[in-house]
Amino acid sequence: MIWDPENECMDPEQRRELQLHRLRSTVARLAANVPFYQQRFAEADVSPLDLKSVDDLRYLPFTTKDDLRETYPTGMIAVPLSELVRIHSSSGTTGTPVIAGYTRRDVDIWAETIARTICLGGGTSADILQVAYGYGLFTGGLGLHYGGERVGCTVIPMSAGNTARQVMMMRDLKSTMLACTPSYALTIADEIVDSGMDIEQLHLRNGLFGAEVWSDSSRAAIESTLNIKAHDIYGLTEIIGPGVSAECGCSCGLHICDDHFIPEIIDPETREVLPAGERGELVFTCITKEAFPVIRFRTRDITTLHYEKCECGRTTTRMDRVTGRDDDMLIIRGVNVFPSQIENVLVNIEETLPHYQLVITKEGRLDVLEVQVEVSSEIFADTIRGLEAVEDKIRRELASALSIQCRVKLVEPKSIERSIGKAKRVIDLREE
Amino acid sequence: MAYEDRVTKQVSVFLENKSGRLAEVCQVLGDAGVNMRALCIADTSDFGILRLIVNDPGRATRVLQERGFGVGEADVLALVVPDRPGGLASVLAVMKQRDINVEYMYAFFITVDGDAVVLFRIEEQQIASTIELLEQNDVRILYAEEVYAL
Repeated sequence: MIWDPENECMDPEQRRELQLHRLRSTVARLAANVPFYQQRFAEADVSPLDLKSVDDLRYLPFTTKDDLRETYPTGMIAVPLSELVRIHSSSGTTGTPVIAGYTRRDVDIWAETIARTICLGGGTSADILQVAYGYGLFTGGLGLHYGGERVGCTVIPMSAGNTARQVMMMRDLKSTMLACTPSYALTIADEIVDSGMDIEQLHLRNGLFGAEVWSDSSRAAIESTLNIKAHDIYGLTEIIGPGVSAECGCSCGLHICDDHFIPEIIDPETREVLPAGERGELVFTCITKEAFPVIRFRTRDITTLHYEKCECGRTTTRMDRVTGRDDDMLIIRGVNVFPSQIENVLVNIEETLPHYQLVITKEGRLDVLEVQVEVSSEIFADTIRGLEAVEDKIRRELASALSIQCRVKLVEPKSIERSIGKAKRVIDLREE
Repeated sequence: MAYEDRVTKQVSVFLENKSGRLAEVCQVLGDAGVNMRALCIADTSDFGILRLIVNDPGRATRVLQERGFGVGEADVLALVVPDRPGGLASVLAVMKQRDINVEYMYAFFITVDGDAVVLFRIEEQQIASTIELLEQNDVRILYAEEVYAL
């Protein structure tokens, strides 16, 4: 089901007109109300009147995560603070948190965009939606909650954690849809397997998973263990939270709510806009938000945009799944390493994704990457030779995939901390 | 497999080299009423493998798994070795005739009719031929049931 056919299936030319109209009014409001943008627009010598088409977006200045940190906490808010009805914040896993304010209308728009996400993921008003994203400052829990209510789902606000209880409620209340981080979905899947529960006792059909980068191998593991279709959903606190884009049933990328958030792809080095179909850094401009609209926000996510109409009938712009975020990238001895690369190696060795953790230390001037892998029944051996062969195989395959040597350490099952929110896969003990 | 009744199930446990882990294994087994018959530990600088012969291997594996240990079962042979100088050498000589590769071995605390009992881990594909060979050469192999009841 398409939640908002009028806007999601709109003629692309008509949508561009709508985008331009909304962009001009947003730029005008920011120029009037936010000193940061006043200054940036003046430096770039642009005014809303200069915007003759959506393509003119390229003349506007970028906004970076550092800009948002420097204006912490409310320097970017474009309305009187008394008009805010809600505050959320980024998790701050990568630095100072970003404060996002919402007016009543922003909260309404947000619920609409997440209603689209839920329907993209196969949801309808008949669904029983278990929200296992954290509730609180994090946008995941309340975002999915309001979107679920908007669609008319029966929403179970479990929040994250208490996994045994999650599984019990899932079974007893016959949840049909699960929304959480992919790493928590794997934790729930583990709990189901460990508890010996028959998967037939569950009624799950679809899952909405986002807020962290996950590999195709994680997706396969979630889909097979939970017996569901897993949909990637995408969003950032800086833009609105979840609801920015989501996968439909066609598995051909994530549909962006581009009547609210205009996407661009730029070359991260030259910052030039790249032609359609090229891979580069994703940039968003908010054109309907009142309280916290950002102009050309650099997401640091690398992807490609597609503009053709989708088989599902929607005409909205699609983005490829993000498989690596610049923020997740580790630099080990000068080599860029994404945790997702390591995941792919591990899953190919064991056939299921083991729990793992990356520990980075410095020995003298040299970075040392240690990959800790839990010993599962698949790789257990009763001889030292057998276990050393496993370690050696992982080490060799990682070396060939990453082009750097790393240490591999086998650890006991369940000794790596299980995640309930964003997975903490990386422990970087290097001194800056 | 032929000779299945002469294959003893060994319980193998993965242990990180951290203090107290061996004690925990013993406690879990003790609480479950599992009695240990023989054990040996192989270790590297990072981890160890505890190998156990117990009276009820199925139960031992289950309770250890429930407590989150990495556990596996392996097939081993319990051979009765004459308790005299050259006793073990004579058994090994038989195996050497046919290039049977012993992965590892360790001895029981208990003797049978005054003879020692030594556990042999043989490569899986060689187990059946090893049993045949040993029996032809009059080396006594204990039945699994006898081992668990020792």
